[in-house]
Amino acid sequence: MNPAYSVILFTTASGAGYGLLALLGLMGTRAGQSTSLLFAAVALVLALGLITVGLLSSTLHLGRPERAWRALSQWKTSWLSREGVAAVATYPMAVAFGLVWSGIIPKPEAIGPLGLLTALLALITVFTTGKIYATLTTIRAWNQPLTVPIYLFFALTSGGALYLALAALFGRDPDTVAPVAGFALLMLGVLKYRYWQVIDAAPRDRTMANATGLGANVRQWEVPHTSKNFVQREMGFVVARRHARRLRGLFFILLTVVGLLELAASAIPAFAVPAALVIMVAAWVERWLFFAEAEHVVTLFYGNPQA
Amino acid sequence: MTALPESTAKKLGLVIDLDTCVGCQACATSCKEWNTQGYSAPLTDLDPRGANPDGPWLNRIHGYEIEPDSSHDSRVVHFPRSCLHCETPACVTVCPTGASYKRAEDGIVLINPDTCIGCKLCSWACPYGAREYDVDQGVMKKCTLCVDRIYNEHLAPEDRQPACVKACPTGARHFGDLGDPDSAVSQLVAERGGFDLLPEMGYKPTNKYLPPRTKRNTPQMGVEALPHGDGSAMDRLFKLADRLLSGTGN
Repeated sequence: MNPAYSVILFTTASGAGYGLLALLGLMGTRAGQSTSLLFAAVALVLALGLITVGLLSSTLHLGRPERAWRALSQWKTSWLSREGVAAVATYPMAVAFGLVWSGIIPKPEAIGPLGLLTALLALITVFTTGKIYATLTTIRAWNQPLTVPIYLFFALTSGGALYLALAALFGRDPDTVAPVAGFALLMLGVLKYRYWQVIDAAPRDRTMANATGLGANVRQWEVPHTSKNFVQREMGFVVARRHARRLRGLFFILLTVVGLLELAASAIPAFAVPAALVIMVAAWVERWLFFAEAEHVVTLFYGNPQA
Repeated sequence: MTALPESTAKKLGLVIDLDTCVGCQACATSCKEWNTQGYSAPLTDLDPRGANPDGPWLNRIHGYEIEPDSSHDSRVVHFPRSCLHCETPACVTVCPTGASYKRAEDGIVLINPDTCIGCKLCSWACPYGAREYDVDQGVMKKCTLCVDRIYNEHLAPEDRQPACVKACPTGARHFGDLGDPDSAVSQLVAERGGFDLLPEMGYKPTNKYLPPRTKRNTPQMGVEALPHGDGSAMDRLFKLADRLLSGTGN
């Protein structure tokens, strides 16, 4: 699959934003009103800003952005529509939570329920994003049980790293977010390792013979166009195995660096800032590979012998 | 609406004969000609005479080679590929706007060009590459089974079939109701062993393909030695006649 930058930007930025928002909601529920109005405002603006940048990027990726509102209508069947509904529902909840958590509206008893609801909606949105990919039977690398948890743990890992960086910048105790972020990072590493094991071991038993019904000796003789068409550009992109291996290695190195920086941050908080930057690079690498390693079954009609 | 109908009254679709298709592209050009002014209009052509022509086609003709083995010679199969109007098309259910839908009355899968947002997710969900994005229009395009021809009372009854079927010079394309076991197309499928593409994907395509007929191996033509003349009077007479008739004069 073609790793379109708008989609990579959307899933990495909004993933981090929703992860941060979920942690803010949970911390609000746990610890009550924020002791610093500035910290609350900056954290919420950063979370919603990342989410908004991501959503705008995915909207601009559309052929007809002005019709984007229509995508809210088919939540009964479409995970993309459900994602849209969840994303839109999260905004007012996050704002309501932000107003009471920061103390702008002094209603401390509402912080708990609003924080929980905000966290829940943020995680549901990430869940629906993962589901869009996980339910596509045409792409074996995505159509598997690990896809959704990886999206969720990535959101918590990147959101957690952002939270720790903000806490360091504002000189605040990161409290339980530090172990939560560490746990998410560990889970992400394990699940991603397993993901690559699974996609490497998956049988490539969809064949050109089955696609064309022309038997095992079939091969492509002539392409149906004079220059590359949409289907090939969108679905025909597959990264070379050698490059993929290198990038997988790079991802694990980056993830380890983030983990070490976060550990170091428990002694010297300032280390949390570079950790947040490095996790975003790691997210970009992982998401690029997520697309570039995904082989679409339609390639069987375009000369790929098996998928 | 992107929820699929429980069942459809008819299952209109195509039956494509891989034995008789000669790969002339008449179906593809005829499709483009009709549909660039029909339901899917326009079918944009970018840089049509330049180095990188681009734009959506609703029907594309692949060429495959079956390599020879002990049982048969090599052969080339021309393979037209368009929307198969599946019974369970995931391209419809993933659509976030309801622009994609499957008609309950005849099973045709369509895109409403006025509500499509061009998110391209339907093209990801289709195993057959049937949906193409129109960069210029910002919406997805696909085969409509010429919905604006087959019910068109302004056309003569014999013209109320898809443009590709009408254009095929070898009769390799057939249109009809595949839900009716007595229809001509269903009979043809039964008789010729029509098959589904990628049946394991579970999309239950309506369109069927007829396999190439088993080709007899061409007998090996041994080169026989030309008969030598025996020098008889009859032989010399034939040689004379041969020279005179072939006009070599010697």
